[in-house]
Amino acid sequence: MKYQSFLIKYAEIGVKGKNRYMFEDALVKQIRFALGTTEGKFEVTKESGRIYANALTDFDYDDAVAALKRVFGISAICPMVQVDDLGFEELKVQVIQYLDQVYPEKRFTFKVNARRANKQYPMTSEEINRALGEVILERFPELKVDVHRPEVMIHVEIRSRINMYSQVIPGPGGMPVGTNGRAMLLLSGGIDSPVAGYMIAKRGVVIEAVYFHAPPYTSDRAKEKVVDLARLVSRYAGPIRLHIVNFTDIQLYIYDQCPHEELTIIMRRYMMRIAQRIAEKQKCLGLITGESIGQVASQTVQSLAATNEVCTMPVFRPVIGFDKQEIVDIAEQIGTFETSIQPFEDCCTIFVAKHPVTKPNIHIIRKSEEKLSEKIEEMVETAVETAETRICQEQQG
Amino acid sequence: MEVYLDNSATTRALDSVQEMVARVMTEDYGNPSSRHRKGMEAERYIKEARCAIARTLKVRDKEIFFTSGGTESNNMALFGAAMANQRAGKHIISTRIEHSSVYRPLACLEQLGFTVTYLNVDREGHICLEEMEQAIRPDTILVSVMYVNNEIGAVEPVEEIGRRIKEKNPQILFHVDGIQAYGKYEIRPKKQEIDLLSVSGHKIHGPKGVGFLYINEKAKVKPLLYGGGQQRDMRSGTENVPGAAGLGVAAREMYTDFSEKIRRMRDLKDYLIDQMEDLPGIQVNSKRGEGSAPQIISVSFQGVRSEVLLHALEERGIYVSSGSACSSNHPAISGTLKAVGVEKGLLDSTLRFSLGIYNTREELDYTIEAVKELLPVLRRYQRG
Repeated sequence: MKYQSFLIKYAEIGVKGKNRYMFEDALVKQIRFALGTTEGKFEVTKESGRIYANALTDFDYDDAVAALKRVFGISAICPMVQVDDLGFEELKVQVIQYLDQVYPEKRFTFKVNARRANKQYPMTSEEINRALGEVILERFPELKVDVHRPEVMIHVEIRSRINMYSQVIPGPGGMPVGTNGRAMLLLSGGIDSPVAGYMIAKRGVVIEAVYFHAPPYTSDRAKEKVVDLARLVSRYAGPIRLHIVNFTDIQLYIYDQCPHEELTIIMRRYMMRIAQRIAEKQKCLGLITGESIGQVASQTVQSLAATNEVCTMPVFRPVIGFDKQEIVDIAEQIGTFETSIQPFEDCCTIFVAKHPVTKPNIHIIRKSEEKLSEKIEEMVETAVETAETRICQEQQG
Repeated sequence: MEVYLDNSATTRALDSVQEMVARVMTEDYGNPSSRHRKGMEAERYIKEARCAIARTLKVRDKEIFFTSGGTESNNMALFGAAMANQRAGKHIISTRIEHSSVYRPLACLEQLGFTVTYLNVDREGHICLEEMEQAIRPDTILVSVMYVNNEIGAVEPVEEIGRRIKEKNPQILFHVDGIQAYGKYEIRPKKQEIDLLSVSGHKIHGPKGVGFLYINEKAKVKPLLYGGGQQRDMRSGTENVPGAAGLGVAAREMYTDFSEKIRRMRDLKDYLIDQMEDLPGIQVNSKRGEGSAPQIISVSFQGVRSEVLLHALEERGIYVSSGSACSSNHPAISGTLKAVGVEKGLLDSTLRFSLGIYNTREELDYTIEAVKELLPVLRRYQRG
């Protein structure tokens, strides 16, 4: 079957009162962006509470559906056939043709649901329903009508042309990116942080990211891996600004000045501080991390409290209550897992102590940090100022 | 300053190679199998390259078969010899320090019902000839030993191995992985009793994606690839004409002024070892002299992770490799280093410096200065 367009349904944003147009506009924008990464040109329009994407050229159906399935805010994608209005007799033939091609196996219950936007049409919606139902049963006697819970709902919309659709492909849900502010993701090369970014983007938040690079202890390949991860997340979240911070000097300074077992905690506190500085500069309103309680020494509740203490912005930790396997499942589903497990060292592990503190005492940590007071402010400043920014996105087709 | 000391991973192609490859790609681009003049011209490049290579080994032209590189040559030799001779027996002998392009095909042959004996090596990386002789069984059909080890540069006593195999049983085929040896040694398959010799183009300043396998005309070997019957049915597939022509140029060049080239390289190697040995907490794993290849210097640095030193050198424009580049993609620790008894604490602290014809003494001085500066800093900051 050759589809020419998609009817796109959305759920949550339907209930947003006066802000609704804003949500719809954001959704239209994201749909345009997503379809822009595929072959073919589309016209995306908003019409009385629905969004249509009409193909203007040939397009790859599977690619287009896959792209739409990554647009947050879409609850369902209905591939649609458009035919010219050549009178009701011709419509019968067109509906039969449609069913014959879309459903090679004719074993299901159905109902016809006609809508008449063109009120000049000589029949009412009810009459159309009944007449088409009869024709379908006559032609395919193995089908059954079920008006309460049909397996296939055959939609026929009479407009200037006639739209037919019956397939409903579930969308990702969530809210369109761009409707909920902006937040800064601490992106490592691991499994968890890309998932965290994805989950927050799903709630409509524009994502930026910060990565801590520690040459020569971490390699350029590790950095490329993070760029790749940001690009994968951008398939859902839209283009991501990735800020790459050179963290080596700060790490070595902490190593020189502070007790070794506290290194990871203190390091993470400085990561949060730097991320927050860059977030403020970029007008982000929150930080996002992939932390999950108890996963490693730096993610015990005590450690989380100690790192959280330096943040004035809210920190979003969407996978906080997830088991590793639950996070892995999402990573596999969104396609970041394979990249995440490439074995490159990240800066959190290069100097890790044999027995890092798992229950840091906040007063002791603060005291240790005092030993950094001579140079650390300036170093943080330099790290923020010299961060390299890359825009990570899927190539537009 | 850019200093490329990773020539055992790959080399910069010679200018003459580049010119040849470009010419064959854009001017004489015919398919050697075509019946017209354009095809014949292309065929001439293959013939000439084959002839140039055969001369460097003192073998016949028809014993040279072009492949896609060292990995294919090794696979073709091992599978080809095993499949063709399995009626005579299913036992193969090799060593514990082979490259993965020998080791993995052997593992696969084991799954197919062959038995493989892996010989140990001593602290210098050499196999023991008596152990080898004792390993030979009535059903042994193939012995595969590398000429030069890619990680530490140990040179195996190929001629002696060949002689002893053939004394025991002249039917046994002798395969030599010569990928790190070709261009550095005068290899004489006829004299050294080598039946199969694998060579790669890009290790000798030739193009990537091309190599060859020498096959003794008397050896029974089955092809790996079937198709259009090119290269006398031994290796189907349209010949990589630009690659083969480029490889021919590189082969000829490497064996021109050969002893002078090798003497220069050996001087550089000895110089680098001398300088390194003056540094505290280091261990040179490659030997001086004929028992070790002229281009490979393996050095362990106590208390420094090789990966970190590698990237620190990279920041100064110096390119080296940790272990062997092929096996360092995955962090598996080097098999050779373990086999030659490098102590556990140093396995992850070892770099390989490998020379090519373009390296100079100034470059080595620059490298040694960099290492001298970096070692104390890197040793100060450690894990754990």
